[in-house]
Amino acid sequence: MSDNNPATATTPDLGEARPAFDQDWRRLVSIGLVLAVAQIFISLSNMPVSLDVRKIIEPLLSMGYLSLLWLPVLVAYSVSREVVLEGMTAHRKGAHEIVAGGVVGAIGGAGIGLLAVLIDNFDLRDPLVNWSPQLLDQLTFGQSVGLGVALWIVIGAGLGGAGGAMHVITNRTRRVVSTVVLAVVLVAILETVLTDISEELFLEWFTDIIFFKRGGLSQTGAVVVALLAGGYAMFGRTKAKEFKASFDALEGPERVRANRVVISAAGLLLVLLPLVLGKITNELLANVGLFVLLALGLNIVVGLAGILDLGYVAFFAVGGYTTAILTSPNRGDSWPEWLPQTWWLIAVMIVVPLAALTGLFIGAPVIRMRGDYLAIVTLGFGEIIRLLFLSDWLSGYTGGAQGITNVPGVQIFGLANVRGTDPRAVFYLVLVFCLVAIYISWRLENSRLGRAWMAIREDESVAEAMGINTVNVKLMAFVVGAILASFSGAIFAAKVGSVFPTSFIILVSIVILVVVIVGGMGNIVGVIVGAVVLIGVLGGPKQPGLLQEFSDYKLLVYGALLIWMMLKRPEGLVPNVRRSRELHQEEFLQDAWLKGHVDDAEDSAGGGGEVAPT
Amino acid sequence: MRSKTAPRTGVDWFLMFMRWGMFSVIAFGLFAFIWQEIDTNNPLAQALNPDATGLTADQFEGLVIAGLSQGSMYGLIALGYSMVYGVLGFINFAHGEVFMVGAMTGMITANKLFDSGAWENNFILSLLFIVVLAILVSTLTAVVMERVAYRPLRGAPRLIPLITSIGVSFFIQNVSVVLLGPGAKSYPDLPDWWTETQSIWFLDIQRTRLLVVVVAAVSMAALWYLVERTKTGKAMRAVAEDKEIASLMGINVNRTIVTTFAVGGAMAGVAGILWGVMFRSVIHTTGFLPGIKAFSAAVVGGIGNLGGAMAGGLTLGSAEAVAPLVILEPLGVDGVSQLRDAVAFAMLILVLLVKPTGLFGERLSSEDRA
Amino acid sequence: MSERLLTIDNLSVTFGGLHALRDLNFHVDEGEIVSVIGPNGAGKTTFFNMISGMVTPTAGGIDFEGESLIGLDPNQVTARGIARTFQNVRLFANMTILENVMVAQHCRTKQGAWGALFQTHAFREEEKAIREHGEHVLSFFGSRLVGYRLDQPASVLSYANRRRLEIARAMATKPRLILLDEPVAGMNPKESEELTGLIGRLRSEWGFTIVMIEHDMGVVRDVSDRVVVLDHGETIAQGSYEDVSTDPHVIEAYLGRPAEEKA
Repeated sequence: MSDNNPATATTPDLGEARPAFDQDWRRLVSIGLVLAVAQIFISLSNMPVSLDVRKIIEPLLSMGYLSLLWLPVLVAYSVSREVVLEGMTAHRKGAHEIVAGGVVGAIGGAGIGLLAVLIDNFDLRDPLVNWSPQLLDQLTFGQSVGLGVALWIVIGAGLGGAGGAMHVITNRTRRVVSTVVLAVVLVAILETVLTDISEELFLEWFTDIIFFKRGGLSQTGAVVVALLAGGYAMFGRTKAKEFKASFDALEGPERVRANRVVISAAGLLLVLLPLVLGKITNELLANVGLFVLLALGLNIVVGLAGILDLGYVAFFAVGGYTTAILTSPNRGDSWPEWLPQTWWLIAVMIVVPLAALTGLFIGAPVIRMRGDYLAIVTLGFGEIIRLLFLSDWLSGYTGGAQGITNVPGVQIFGLANVRGTDPRAVFYLVLVFCLVAIYISWRLENSRLGRAWMAIREDESVAEAMGINTVNVKLMAFVVGAILASFSGAIFAAKVGSVFPTSFIILVSIVILVVVIVGGMGNIVGVIVGAVVLIGVLGGPKQPGLLQEFSDYKLLVYGALLIWMMLKRPEGLVPNVRRSRELHQEEFLQDAWLKGHVDDAEDSAGGGGEVAPT
Repeated sequence: MRSKTAPRTGVDWFLMFMRWGMFSVIAFGLFAFIWQEIDTNNPLAQALNPDATGLTADQFEGLVIAGLSQGSMYGLIALGYSMVYGVLGFINFAHGEVFMVGAMTGMITANKLFDSGAWENNFILSLLFIVVLAILVSTLTAVVMERVAYRPLRGAPRLIPLITSIGVSFFIQNVSVVLLGPGAKSYPDLPDWWTETQSIWFLDIQRTRLLVVVVAAVSMAALWYLVERTKTGKAMRAVAEDKEIASLMGINVNRTIVTTFAVGGAMAGVAGILWGVMFRSVIHTTGFLPGIKAFSAAVVGGIGNLGGAMAGGLTLGSAEAVAPLVILEPLGVDGVSQLRDAVAFAMLILVLLVKPTGLFGERLSSEDRA
Repeated sequence: MSERLLTIDNLSVTFGGLHALRDLNFHVDEGEIVSVIGPNGAGKTTFFNMISGMVTPTAGGIDFEGESLIGLDPNQVTARGIARTFQNVRLFANMTILENVMVAQHCRTKQGAWGALFQTHAFREEEKAIREHGEHVLSFFGSRLVGYRLDQPASVLSYANRRRLEIARAMATKPRLILLDEPVAGMNPKESEELTGLIGRLRSEWGFTIVMIEHDMGVVRDVSDRVVVLDHGETIAQGSYEDVSTDPHVIEAYLGRPAEEKA
């Protein structure tokens, strides 16, 4: 029974809708219980209370409540997701899905209700110390516990039903709804950035309407954003797609020119943006930039060459400490007199070869090891270096636990004096180095060396059989990665004005790894986007992002992200076409075969054309 | 790996220097130590380590015992790493967190028992109780981990499960932080009898340490029995050898893998309790460093080799305790106790440079052999 | 007068008690196409692995162009001029088709990071040459691996085309000797026939010397100058196809002895 409505038609014919109460109840209940556990966990971690400070729509919705509301919708949606294999007919979606979602959501809501009851009657403080007394209030909406429980079951059912309903509505409606929701949340998150910009551009009247004084979108604001987003989703999207298609179709010199335009526009934006942003946001941007630099370096090691270096922070440390030692008057007393105290720029020139040497030093022992061993050994090296910097034994040279203070900023002869107190200048410095790093990554990727890296990542023994000296090529990856990390370290030292061993812990390596993985391994744009989204919004290992209230939870989110990305989308959020094929190989091949992109037809028709060699 | 011939490339020469360098440091350090023991004011000691006091026999004995008890805990944790690597061919980075979960469970339960008085009055029973509970929770954690994060990735390129396990490790650590708070938490005090020293033969060993060693030995024996004498153990060995053939022989490979994770988790849970009893303090990062050291121990002993894992643990524990004072201090290094962890890593690197298959040889499945 | 390119002298290798190769003697002259056949487990792929440096022999010698290959790493062997394909096609599946044949030229080219970063004239010239040689090699297979195909990942190719790309990749390393490991395995008769012609042209048009492991006797018969039969790691027969196919030892190795004789 084919559907003639283009908005709901999918390629396979839709079969009958399943009856509403013909469910796999066991499955629903078990998923519901898992959801309940997750909701209880979220509550006990105190997210609803501590995230409550961030309002999305004042006074209706805060991030705190959102933390409990998003999961039932998502889970309910995926519960009813049908995987349609070749030969199967998808069911038409209807009440069946809504009921399924509702049941799952209700069980989840019951979980929250249960928690409220438990809190009210038992002392859960020991050992669960993190949740605060306001939690009960929040969970019961300020009403009695019984009412709270009932409310949550109803809310759960409603959210779950909505999640299931996402299957029932047309593709278009679904897109509109998700765009609107995403836009509202996004605008709320970016509030500080937007208010900063609007101040500079004299658009305060606009932001005063959109945003509530104490934070969050006002109700009017929410409506405005919703309308704009909805409008885009309904009408603007096709236009945007056409535009992109025509852009992609450009070839040759036109394409080159078009690329230049895009890049110049982006560049102009990056240069002008700090001028309109406030101090804190600029500080944040500079921080993001430092991580972009680090991530680009790790991208070469992990993303291009496929080497999992968990001790990457060691190179960051070498860059930072070398800069500090060479520029600060307060470096350790054990250094000989003749060691100069010099300008930052000169120190950087010494940092680069030193970092390269460190890369060789760490790379050489691990180069022939299995991937897993390599990861642990590099981690060990990273720790050894940190312990050496921390030790009393070498504290004459490195300052030990007290680190090295009084690191001066960057003096660029006549032009500028970049110190940590001027985030804008720091950002520009970081930007320059990021551009250099992007250039290096881009050029190397499209070169003999880059191809060798990719071949090694694909199949190392075959790469060797093709004539690639894997040892040297892998060492090069280490060296380039080390140099980029050391740039970041040098800027970091000048920005903060001091270096301490606690800045160079393994956590940093792992966070950078998360950025590279989430952004897309081997994908320059992806890595930058990953850094902006993760470090900018959630925050770095020790630095807060736009959402400061997430500081306690960001590491949890990073861990969960890493797991989720590996399970669902190992190629990263911004896919590199090449890599995503590798990881979804089977699916892709099946698709290619199904769509007839494979050339069997050509084989029988083409025959062997004879071309004489020159 | 190819067979070793004389160094040909720059990397080979560098590695040779590194090996010889590490050996020289060890040899020289030992030499300086021995000389120092004989004569505290010998010329070498005067030059390098003027404040030298040398170690008395008792102190040395104390170090070795401390190292062995620490090493037994490493060994228990190492078993989990070794088994999982032997079967699935990847490092379960999150195994250290399984250990931490066991320790945390013990902490929570022990404190509750203390509050109710049972801890002091019926220590052995309480101990048994928390051990069983920790085993349950750790096993559950390991099994859920396998089911959720690793099973879907069974066929994936090797890097992927490793990265996932890093994510799992990170996640579990932070679950502990957001639920239980970031601070360190303590176990209740042990009844006095346990903190006293017991004399066995010529050794004076603190009863807690003795407990640790005994429990570890018992667990090891139980594991040996399981692996060598039961059908489940035979299935585990078969799957570790060759998954495909094992399934052709009618062995339920998935179930066996789950069992492997479970057993490893149980061992880690026991280790968690022992750690808690020994050091009486746990924090969410408790699992991290011991986890890595335990993995190093598994490599040192020979990955996939269970006896090797235990032996590796004991070796690493002793080296970690003894080397700073016996090798580094005579060479004039200050604050050697800070460098304990560095010693553990250095040992891993040394073993991988010299004998990468470990002291007792590795046992890998046919797919994973190079 | 053709030069003796490859000489293998009493080559043996043991894997923990199993003699995979036992005093193997073998030679190839320039311009020859030699087939290596034998029942499964005879040691043929191990033989290739020895030559290409992936496995080290326990005894014996391998000489190529007069110099020993023993102890060399695989990439050094390739640089000396021996290329190979693999029994189970091992392409760089997620690199494009063109990139596969470009990366194979690694040991024949030398531009490094410096050239790439500064886009020196030498770098750009070399990239151009690499690209052109790659396209040239691919054009050997007709219209299949050219044009829009070049920028598609190798994973989209059909099975037969993958095998062809494997061979193209080996060709791209600019070898003198190519080792083909079961080049027509899994192909249908028409494809096999076409590839047989291509193998002949590899020698006649491109001047490669070829050693080929094959099970398809039709291909062996049509294209080989000489056939070498291995069984249990030893050479049991050598000569033209006709000689070898009627040799009783060879028949016994493949088919076994008649039942009455096995007393």
